[in-house]
Amino acid sequence: MSKITLTIRVQAQDFDLQSEIDALTAGRKDIGAVVTFTGLCRDEQGALSALELEHYPGMAEAEMRRIAELAIERFSLLGLTAVHRHGKILPGGNIVLVIAAAPHRQAAFDGASFMMDFLKTSAPFWKKEHGAGGTTGDWVAAKDADDKARDKWR
Amino acid sequence: MTTKLVYFAWVRERIGKPEEEIALPADVVTVRDLLNHLKGLGEEYENALQYPEVIRVAINQEHVEHNEPIAGAREIGIFPPMTGG
Repeated sequence: MSKITLTIRVQAQDFDLQSEIDALTAGRKDIGAVVTFTGLCRDEQGALSALELEHYPGMAEAEMRRIAELAIERFSLLGLTAVHRHGKILPGGNIVLVIAAAPHRQAAFDGASFMMDFLKTSAPFWKKEHGAGGTTGDWVAAKDADDKARDKWR
Repeated sequence: MTTKLVYFAWVRERIGKPEEEIALPADVVTVRDLLNHLKGLGEEYENALQYPEVIRVAINQEHVEHNEPIAGAREIGIFPPMTGG
């Protein structure tokens, strides 16, 4: 039975992609594929000055862990890291990181994709837009496309 | 006997507080009953819960459907559809 490394964090501070990959793969000789996804804050063609990320403390971590455990089981992953930031994030800044490790590439691709599709629709985070003029904008609306992306895994 | 309610995003903003402890009548059995009961507590609740079908609910930090009984819940989270990632 291979060792499975599961890391889930919700934090205000930024993350470093390479350090997170190193932490997941250090000392391992069984991992043949690492897929990473990083979600960043867009400025929406200059209309947006920041995103404010609210979360449900405790449940956010618990729900990310539940999704990660499903992904590990379904794709026989050797490791999974998911880090989600909260608070105010400026355009160009990191929002979310997922790293999936597996013996072969397809499981790593699928594991990262599954994790993101469920995280977007089930992990309790909400985005509020801040406008370029310093105005506080609206809460981002949930998208049907995200539900469809999740449902393709059923 | 009171239940802790926690609110997030525009549900929190419209109700005007992040959380509260509230005593619930005995005829509030399911999540659906709870949302309907809260809607009757004032204009701010009515604004937040005007369309209860879009509201998501978690009991003890796990997602539940609106037909779920709330008996024994320590904490009930009430929030809009999620938009993280």
